[in-house]
Amino acid sequence: MEWLRFIVVALFLTAALGMAVISVAGVFKFKFILNRMHAAAICDSFVLLLAMTGVAVAYGFCAATLKVVLIVLLVWVASPVSGHMIARLEVTTDKHLSEECEVRE
Amino acid sequence: MKPRSDYERSLWRRLVRFVDGEMPEAAKLHAGESGRNGTGKKSTGSGAEPLPEQEDKRERHRRLERAHEKEAASMLERYRNWPKEHGVRIFGRLYAVAAVMLCLIIIVTLLVTVSYLPEFGQSDNPNNNEVVERYNAHGLEETGATNAVAGMILDYRAFDTLGESHVLFIAACCVMILLRLDDTKDRKRAEEENDRLYEPKNDKILQLAAKILVPVIILFGIFVILNGHLSPGGGFSGGAIIGAGLILYVNAFGFEKAGRIMNRKNYAVISVVPLLFYAVAKSYSFYTGANHLESGIPKGVPGAILSGGLILPLNICVGIVVACTMYHFYTLFRKGGM
Repeated sequence: MEWLRFIVVALFLTAALGMAVISVAGVFKFKFILNRMHAAAICDSFVLLLAMTGVAVAYGFCAATLKVVLIVLLVWVASPVSGHMIARLEVTTDKHLSEECEVRE
Repeated sequence: MKPRSDYERSLWRRLVRFVDGEMPEAAKLHAGESGRNGTGKKSTGSGAEPLPEQEDKRERHRRLERAHEKEAASMLERYRNWPKEHGVRIFGRLYAVAAVMLCLIIIVTLLVTVSYLPEFGQSDNPNNNEVVERYNAHGLEETGATNAVAGMILDYRAFDTLGESHVLFIAACCVMILLRLDDTKDRKRAEEENDRLYEPKNDKILQLAAKILVPVIILFGIFVILNGHLSPGGGFSGGAIIGAGLILYVNAFGFEKAGRIMNRKNYAVISVVPLLFYAVAKSYSFYTGANHLESGIPKGVPGAILSGGLILPLNICVGIVVACTMYHFYTLFRKGGM
């Protein structure tokens, strides 16, 4: 049973690590800020979920699991909102937005 | 001695002008040459027939001169283009080499320094002295706090923490002195200095998120402050959490709503009263402690929420000061007063 749990945890954490690498590569690779935001959001949402699931499985069901769930929920509420604020700032301040993406009048 | 007629075009003069940086441009040079050639031809045509060998000499002299000028022009061109063609590349390489060298020097210095430090966790390390023994052996019974750190910073070393709180307060005062707005009736000036006249910006998404998050954040901050003597945390961290919650609230709902409680007048009261209470309470406890008197402050049962003597009220004081200072720093560093 213990080795099964270890394999599951390892799978989750490896997947999280891989996604994090993809996300960081995207942040450095993309040229425009909205694209970079998309890449960075992977880290906030998917990587966090995978890593925290791995941690929760590793510790079993206890009070710490509840805290992990709370962390995920909190970041999932806060992260899209901050992303929205950054995007709004970009849209209001960028004069050459139409080079970056399609702008509907 | 008669001065040379072609002094302006002599090698020395050209060198001087080159150094001075007023070398004629290549195009100007060519134009002058063609003009000179024309006049030269005309003079030879109209004047008496020069001797063939004289003509030959003059022609050769002129050709030589032209070659010199051309060479100088190409030199100048290379000199001008050097930074563009080679300079940037060479500078980039030098920069990279210097950066790597600097990093290596810092890394080696730090590693050498670390290698001289005593090994972690050795019993004869200099930090294992009677102070640590005292904290470990008698901390719980003397302070009544299960969190040994809170017992240290708010009981044994409370004066230090009082100073830290005052540093925050003084910093907030200085920022207020520098960044406070004058009262002005001029509408245009007020608009320039204050970007809050058009607030709140009414971002529905942010407001919804703030509605969900702000109570949770502030409650969590209060929990951290009140549990400061029982679990990791305390006034500074809890106050910072509450301040962050207030900043989120201001961003979502604007200064008009937040300013009803968090304005300058309230800030003065809210910061000064806890600091005064802190100073008075700690002076009393140090006075009685130094004179071996009974202070009369109950220690309580370690682990209960009402325990630890003065630690809980002092944590609350520090938390209030830190939260207010965080929030007001934010408001002052944005455009506009508090």
